[in-house]
Amino acid sequence: MRRIFSANRHLVQRIGFTGITLMAFATVVPIVATVIYILIQGTPAISLEFLSGFPHDGMRAGGILPAIIGTSYLTLGTAVFSVPLGIAAAIYLSEYAADSPLTRTIRIAIINLAGIPSVVYGLFGLGLFVLFLKFGTSILAASLTLSIMTLPVIISTAEESLRSVPQAFRTVSISLGATRWQTIRRIVLKEALPGILTGVILGLERAAGETAPILFTGAAFFLPRLPGSPFDATMALPYHLFVISTQVPEMPIKIQYGTALVLLVFVLTMNLIATVIRSRARAKRQW
Amino acid sequence: MEKSLNWHEFVITRAIKASGYSAILFVALIFFFLLRESVPTFGEVELTSLLNPRWYPIEDYFGILPLITGSIIVTLGAALVAVPFGIGTAIYISEIAPRWMREILKPLVELLGGLPSVVLGFLGILVLSPFLRVFLDLPTGLTAFTGSLLLGGIAVPTVVSVAEDALDAVPRAYREGAWALGATRWQTIWRVTLPAARSGVLTAIMLGVGRAIGETMTVMMVTGNAPVLALKLGSLFSPVRTMTATIAAEMGEVANGSTHYHVLFFIGMVLFLISLGVNIAASSFVFRAKKRAERILS
Amino acid sequence: MVEKIVIENLSLQYSDGTESLRGVSLGIQEKAVTVLFGPAGGGKSTLLRCLNRLNDLTEVKASSGQILIDGKNILDSKTDVIALRRKVGMVFARPVVLPLSIRENLTYGLELAGEKRRLKLDEAVERSLKLAAIWEEVRDRLDDPAIALSGGQQQRICLARVLALQPEIILLDEPTSGLDPISTGKVEAALVELKKQYTIILVPHSVQQAGRTADYAAFFLQGELIEYGEGKSLFTAPKEKRTEDYVTGRFG
Repeated sequence: MRRIFSANRHLVQRIGFTGITLMAFATVVPIVATVIYILIQGTPAISLEFLSGFPHDGMRAGGILPAIIGTSYLTLGTAVFSVPLGIAAAIYLSEYAADSPLTRTIRIAIINLAGIPSVVYGLFGLGLFVLFLKFGTSILAASLTLSIMTLPVIISTAEESLRSVPQAFRTVSISLGATRWQTIRRIVLKEALPGILTGVILGLERAAGETAPILFTGAAFFLPRLPGSPFDATMALPYHLFVISTQVPEMPIKIQYGTALVLLVFVLTMNLIATVIRSRARAKRQW
Repeated sequence: MEKSLNWHEFVITRAIKASGYSAILFVALIFFFLLRESVPTFGEVELTSLLNPRWYPIEDYFGILPLITGSIIVTLGAALVAVPFGIGTAIYISEIAPRWMREILKPLVELLGGLPSVVLGFLGILVLSPFLRVFLDLPTGLTAFTGSLLLGGIAVPTVVSVAEDALDAVPRAYREGAWALGATRWQTIWRVTLPAARSGVLTAIMLGVGRAIGETMTVMMVTGNAPVLALKLGSLFSPVRTMTATIAAEMGEVANGSTHYHVLFFIGMVLFLISLGVNIAASSFVFRAKKRAERILS
Repeated sequence: MVEKIVIENLSLQYSDGTESLRGVSLGIQEKAVTVLFGPAGGGKSTLLRCLNRLNDLTEVKASSGQILIDGKNILDSKTDVIALRRKVGMVFARPVVLPLSIRENLTYGLELAGEKRRLKLDEAVERSLKLAAIWEEVRDRLDDPAIALSGGQQQRICLARVLALQPEIILLDEPTSGLDPISTGKVEAALVELKKQYTIILVPHSVQQAGRTADYAAFFLQGELIEYGEGKSLFTAPKEKRTEDYVTGRFG
């Protein structure tokens, strides 16, 4: 009786483990398959002309350069606003803030910013930047909107990075006559930088791929010229992909996949850079 | 020299403190602007007609019920996908997988989290939806079900990473205690580790659901965009329209300041409040769990 | 002999209720080694951290009393705390080298003070490494990361780091607690040389170390100063019973 019982338990474990393993693979395999599929379908569209030319014939031919440039501008614009503000806020939370109701409110606010749907950010951007501040549909309005959306990601990864620097370093630095800011600048920030950078890149990666926040704040379907100032609207890769796959009749499939591939490469490259920074920093750590 | 150093430091410290408070400022700003543009709704549309089952703005029907049910059914479907697969994957990574496998899987799941939603929606239109139409013999492949599958995929990385952190945080001693008593690893997972990580896992699910409710592009591209009340089980396999898709699809065409415009902002406010609620619930959960842990461990 | 530091009726309590000082009055002789010893929780580390105002970083519920260094009260709010910390250096229990090279560890404090001249910095590096008795061991690898050194070497780097700022007082809080006997011996030998020039306050990690190094000794028990006297006599013929019980090992 005993032996049957224990054999039963191990059988259950076998089955259970197999089930869970299959589940995990069922989650992961589609990811890889998706990327490979887009790679296969999209590569035929990639050519120098595709990457450096303008669209023709209602997007059905030609290149997607303005979308690539547009997404680059938007990513840069997002970085300009969200990175300094986000890192400063993280420094505040990690190095200066005491555990008080005010600090807890700040943390709740950050969690909430992280959870707001992207289309609601679009509405907010429309209400504040496009209309109230009269920036119009522009790179500026879209970048500001994307920045606020990216802020929570940067703040939380940067704060975690700063906190991971051993407290003893700060104590020693102060005992040698440093002020708090000198300690932060010379030791803490320096050591936390790779982690912060990883978080920044991952945050910007997300901003680059978002469509909803830029729908009403900065994205345009077709512009004959590249944007000349932050007050111009711009084309952008995610928005371009959305429109050509849903609203342009008789759109060549090849071009759709090509656009998807370019967007994917843009985003995945950032992901790769972030991962590399993270693992190299881990190896070089002096504590 | 010392004097200028002090002034320099003073300014920087002030700037850092101001940055710290900025998060609160932004939440307040968002709330305020949503409020500003959505409040006129109450002057222009009767409350009862908002709860009408008909959404047809061209003829001044602003019933948001079909949009709400659309969001609910797609989100529920997404949860049904994301919860088992997300938690299963988290268990696999945290408890079963060998170390080298873990090093491969974690970045892969993170990669999924980085895929732009518009790319998934795109594949949904070109690949998934035709497949489902044939496979399930439906009139169209653009249904709530299609959306749920893709949304589930989008929510999975969130569920996996938070749940995996929670499982990882369970002290090794718990597992070792169970093994010492003769439990198999499988039994240990279900009877010891998972219950111990309960609050973290629930948080993972809540955050995943939150992510699903807020998703816009994917649902707009694959759920068919038909604002019909989705109340029967069969509705899962027909087109629906979510709140998020409605805003995204119609905002570009409304006149600034019109009733339609205000109602769209109203829907945005509803979404904002839902995400506020989910996040406060999730963080109070974590807070209470931490307090409980502190009490037990002290 | 001159009293470098005069502590008058110092009381302090932390917000979380741990360790405190109760009405401590003590004079520290200059250019000698004064040892603060006693069982854990006695307030010895707390007192050290008051001397360089490191307690400013911790949550202190209440404090009163004065600490006069060269006649000036350093607990006064107008004190230049930065200058104080250069004058009063501290070596901690665990060797904590900054994540920098050996050279950069040593010049850190000087660069903070505004010293930029390469020549002066190099002089300070060599001088302080010699005083800490570690110059010969590291002179060829000053630009290597400090973390590459052994525990005992790192602790002597920490000592050199303090010496580079040319302090007047050196505080050492159980500096050899993690070190092997040979490294411990090197540190104690360095202190014998250093006391000719600096005022040294040491919290030892054993009564034996106290006995070996003390010119003067103060016994602390639960925040109070029980007895103070010359090293030679305090350990062999203590006046207070509690001191005697601790020194002979009846409790601790």
